[in-house]
Amino acid sequence: MNKIIEVKGLTKSYKGVTTISDVNFSIEAGKIYGLLGRNGAGKTTIMNMITAQLFPTSGEIKVFGVAPYENASVLSKICFIKESQKYPDHFRISDVLGFCSSLFPNWDQEYAYSLIEDFRLPVNRRIQKLSRGMLSSVGIIIGLASRAPITIFDEPYLGLDAVARSIFYSRLLEDYGTHPRTIILSTHLIDEVSRMLEHVLVIDNGKLIIDEEADAIRGKAFNIVGPSKKVDSFIIGKETLKREIIGSLVSTTVMGDLNQKIHMQAEELGLEITPVSLQELVVHLTNTNLQRKVANN
Amino acid sequence: MIDDSRPIYVQIAERIENDIIEGGLPEESQVPSTNQFAAFYQINPATVGKGVNLLVDQGILYKKRGVGMFVSTGARNQLMEKRRNQFFEQYVVTMIQEAEKLGITREQLTEMIRKGDEIK
Repeated sequence: MNKIIEVKGLTKSYKGVTTISDVNFSIEAGKIYGLLGRNGAGKTTIMNMITAQLFPTSGEIKVFGVAPYENASVLSKICFIKESQKYPDHFRISDVLGFCSSLFPNWDQEYAYSLIEDFRLPVNRRIQKLSRGMLSSVGIIIGLASRAPITIFDEPYLGLDAVARSIFYSRLLEDYGTHPRTIILSTHLIDEVSRMLEHVLVIDNGKLIIDEEADAIRGKAFNIVGPSKKVDSFIIGKETLKREIIGSLVSTTVMGDLNQKIHMQAEELGLEITPVSLQELVVHLTNTNLQRKVANN
Repeated sequence: MIDDSRPIYVQIAERIENDIIEGGLPEESQVPSTNQFAAFYQINPATVGKGVNLLVDQGILYKKRGVGMFVSTGARNQLMEKRRNQFFEQYVVTMIQEAEKLGITREQLTEMIRKGDEIK
C-alpha cells in the first residue's frame, strides 16, 4: 500500500466556525477516489488544503510523504481542476495549453489536441468568448493531459451536457488504464460516477462519515418493502435510514449486509428486498432532516 | 446494461460468459482488454479485472503473457453445464415450490409444460 496523501486530524476553523473537524484519511497511489457530499460539506476546503492553497487550523497533511506548502517538487505532481477555474481572458485555448505544457512535467500536447477535437473546442478562440460548458471542457482537458500523479477534479462539469460528460468519463478511464495515476473526483453527480470509483470518501458537515472501497459500500444498505408488521419484525436491531408508509405497505431503507441469508429470509416472509445505490445511500446518510435511529425490540 | 442490483464485477463476468455461450467470443479468441471494457461500460478497470479474474479462476479464460486474455478450449461446454445447473436451481426448483403452494399436482405441472411448449 503506497500512501501518497495522508491526512491526520485535519481541522479548519474560520472566524470561530469550524468547517472541517478532525478529518483523517489516506489516499493510495493509482486508484480513482470519489470525494462525495452535499454542497458546503467541506469537500473543496479539504482539497484546497491538500493542494497547499489554504492552511489548516490544526492537523497534518503529507503529500508524497512531506508537507505540501511551498514545495515545488510536490506541487508539480498535482493537477487541481476547480469548479470555476479562471484563465486569463485574452488567452486563446491554444495559449492555455501551451502554458500548461510548461507547468506539468508529464504533459502530453498531442493528447491534449486529440481531446480538443473530442470536445469540439475552437482552439483559437479567446477564453472570454467561451461558453461555460466550453470552459469546463478546457479544465477537463488540462486535467487529463497533465497526466499528473495526483489529478483532482472538483465538480468539473458546470455547463457540460450529458454527451460531454460521457466523453469525459470514457477518456478518463481509457487514459487511466494506459497511464495509471491517482484521480480524485469530487462531485454530487454520484450515480454517474459511482461505477468508476474504486474508493469512496463521504464528507458531511465537515466530518468524514464514509471511507470505504466502492464495492464494499454497495452491499451496505438495502430497501425492504412489505406489510408493516412483517417489515418491522424483520428490521429489529437494524439502523433505519428511511421509512415510508404507502397504504398498508411500508418501505424502509436499513443499514446491514445484503447477503444471501438476508435475501432468503426476506423471500420466505414475502418481503421485497432491493439494493441501495451509492447515491441513495449518501443521500440518506447526509440528509440532516432525517432522524436516524435503531429500531428497538 | 450494468445495474446496481448485484456486484458490478459479477455482472461483467456474466456478460463475458454470455458472449462465449452465444458465440460472440469463440474459443481461443482474444477477449477485449480490461481498459477497453472499462472505457466501454464506464466502470473502474479494477472492477473489470475482478470480474475477469473470476473467469480465470474457473478456467474459462486464460492469460497469454504480454498478449492478453483468451477464451479456453472447452469453455463453452463448461459454461453450458454451469448454466444448466443454475437453470435447475433458479427455475425448476422454484417452479415446483410455487406449484405446491398453489396446489398444482405433478401431473398438472407436466401438462402445463407440454402446453407451454405448444404455445412457444
